Amino acid sequence: MDILKMKNSHKLLSEFIYEPKALYRGYTDKTLYINISDNTIKEKDVPQKMKEKFIGGKGYGLRYLWDAVSPTTKWNDPENEIVVAVGPVGGITQYAGTGKSLIVSISPLTDIPIDSNVGGYFGPFLKFSGWDALEVQGKAEKDVIIVIDGNKGIVRIEEAPLEDVDAHLLGEQLTEMYAENEADKRNISVITAGTAAENTNIGVLNFTFYDVRRKVSRLKQAGRGGIGTVFRNKRIKGIVCKFKGVKGDLNHPYDQSIINKTGIKYHKEIAQNDHLQNNMRKIGTANIIEIMDEYDLLPVHNFQYGKHPDTYKIKSTVFIEKYCTQNMPDGCWYGCSMSCAKAVDNFKLKTGPYKGQNVCVDGPEYENAAGLGANCGIFDPEVILELNFYCDTYGIDTISYGTLTAFVMECYERGIINKDITEGLELNFGNAEASLELIHQMSRGEGFGKIAGMGIHKMKKLFVEKYGADKDFLYDIACEQKGLEYSEYLCKESLAQQGGYGLTNKGPQHDEAWLIFMDMVNNQIPTFEDKAEALHYYPMFRTWFGLLGLCKLPWNDITPPNNSETDEPAKVPEHVNNYLDLYYGVTGNRIDNNEMIRQSERVYNFQRVFNIRMGKGLRINDATPYRSMGPVTKEEYESRQERYDKQLRELVGFNPEGKTIEEKIKTLRAYREDQYEKLTDAVYKRRGWTMNGVPTPEKLRDLGMDLPELLEVVEKHLN
Amino acid sequence: MRLNDREFEHWKEGLTIQDVIDIMRFVYPRLVIKVNGKLIKKEEYSSFVLQENDDLKIYHLLAGG
Repeated sequence: MDILKMKNSHKLLSEFIYEPKALYRGYTDKTLYINISDNTIKEKDVPQKMKEKFIGGKGYGLRYLWDAVSPTTKWNDPENEIVVAVGPVGGITQYAGTGKSLIVSISPLTDIPIDSNVGGYFGPFLKFSGWDALEVQGKAEKDVIIVIDGNKGIVRIEEAPLEDVDAHLLGEQLTEMYAENEADKRNISVITAGTAAENTNIGVLNFTFYDVRRKVSRLKQAGRGGIGTVFRNKRIKGIVCKFKGVKGDLNHPYDQSIINKTGIKYHKEIAQNDHLQNNMRKIGTANIIEIMDEYDLLPVHNFQYGKHPDTYKIKSTVFIEKYCTQNMPDGCWYGCSMSCAKAVDNFKLKTGPYKGQNVCVDGPEYENAAGLGANCGIFDPEVILELNFYCDTYGIDTISYGTLTAFVMECYERGIINKDITEGLELNFGNAEASLELIHQMSRGEGFGKIAGMGIHKMKKLFVEKYGADKDFLYDIACEQKGLEYSEYLCKESLAQQGGYGLTNKGPQHDEAWLIFMDMVNNQIPTFEDKAEALHYYPMFRTWFGLLGLCKLPWNDITPPNNSETDEPAKVPEHVNNYLDLYYGVTGNRIDNNEMIRQSERVYNFQRVFNIRMGKGLRINDATPYRSMGPVTKEEYESRQERYDKQLRELVGFNPEGKTIEEKIKTLRAYREDQYEKLTDAVYKRRGWTMNGVPTPEKLRDLGMDLPELLEVVEKHLN
Repeated sequence: MRLNDREFEHWKEGLTIQDVIDIMRFVYPRLVIKVNGKLIKKEEYSSFVLQENDDLKIYHLLAGG
């Protein structure tokens, strides 16, 4: 690559000089606003009231987005924004998982706000450069890059015509371009998307961090909801942030010693216990591939089944022993002792435009193996790694890609679509070649890849309207809700997790609540009220990570040895106290568990009202496809016949003897759908919402969120 | 015997906690186990013999990625 030639071809469109403000107790109280339609760059003060109610991260993103858009704004309108924000605790280096950025935008998949979190160095660098948040609005005429130099205090918008779009190339090119030398590369972080983000609705943002051992820019993804699609639609090629001088006290915290003490205690816990528990340092999130299979929770063949005899071929140890090459723990921000990042070096690609090249593949994570692999009936680790690489570099979400490919494979096998429609692709389960061709078509914007790239929500409508598919059946098997594809867990046998997916703000992503073991295996939350309490506490608790700039994994992917002796082991009380200490240490604001939950509730309810303002967010939008609740087809019923027959006898009072499978499916369905409605009632009640899912004015008042713009929205839906 | 507040169908004389883990294929490594409300340590799983009226709780500590 001729970096100099690329750089010389840049045309400066706008430049902004500023005095980088040092952080004070985790905040600068400044936001960088950039409009790429008219090339405005300006500094905004963060109002004290906003800081108190929205805290940071996702809270800031949602607040800015609300102010930027109207109820009729679509994802590709110039006023839609991409907001990147970290949060007050983000960027500290003494505790694990403290480098997360939260990204917010109106989603091309759901048409409502989406939030997605991501590691990599960009977010902390942005903070250290003087900005609590970055708002990007507008739409450029030609491809541009934005460059933030946090040491010199310069922000530039430049036309960038020659750089590649695919992430593994562009990340390297911009890192090389803006680093003064090899040692300086660690001070560069880049946001990119990829070529398929331009042609699909499932685009991701890649955030880089420079790996000094491998000498390569690694990629972490803000995956869900198509934010990369918004990025490329705005004609942004990349955003670079450069900051030299990372050290442990840049947040200028209130009490450094409490942060140090809490961090040392946690690092010891990791060192002494990780190898006895989840083995995150060695295997990362992939440790649960074979465990999900054992518990009948691994999605197979578009969520029809929960296990497969070939799962052993893609179990975690296969990747670790045969492919991952680092032989040492690996984190995506300084000081993360959990170190769950993993990579495969010198992976030789067999297909696509980079065929024959040796590349670095970040991953695989659990979701990659489950979605790209088992859910599509593919049990070849090398195909999973190749799809993983291409999803990242083309800039598309592995979860949405896996789930939508599984959907089209089932449609193909059942004759809902055929080779004429797929333009020759034989999309049978297990056809790795077809999946790889599909992803390359998405990059090129060609063929059936362009249809599949619309996402399941738009595809299912097309299949009904254009190809005469049976609407009821198709909607039953289409694993999407609010427009977002399901993430990779089978929740048919856990009512609480059906709610964990369905009763969410952004759609069926498991980052609000993962209750399958607690519900299905442990039987700890048997009543509707128990489940509702869990579906209040966990989504609120986990929202808090996104306000502060924290990763969820260090909370419960390791637990203190005496955790089992506590009253509520599932909540990991000692770690909750750690977080309260970190928040206090950075901000000087001492809060308790209740206030922690209320901080989240303020933002969570704001997001719910935002959804309602944009035309979703009511009870009807929380309905889920029956495939997520129970057996749609005869084959699914038969695969768990003993279990389902028993439930009919014991729970429904229906004797299955002598009944047809169809009769049994119908009866079980009526029961399970009724259970979901009852769960919805209980959860809405617990959250302080009407039975139509609307936060009440009383609830908003109680939270101090009775803002006029929120009351105006909810009051229209109170009767 | 009851397992997680459900009737355990495979109880037999001499059944240990480890036997239950094996029968149920509870392969997840982070379990919290209590018998009649008393916490049982991992090193006792193979030797702890369960009685017919025991209330066994085997809780999996996983709340998702």
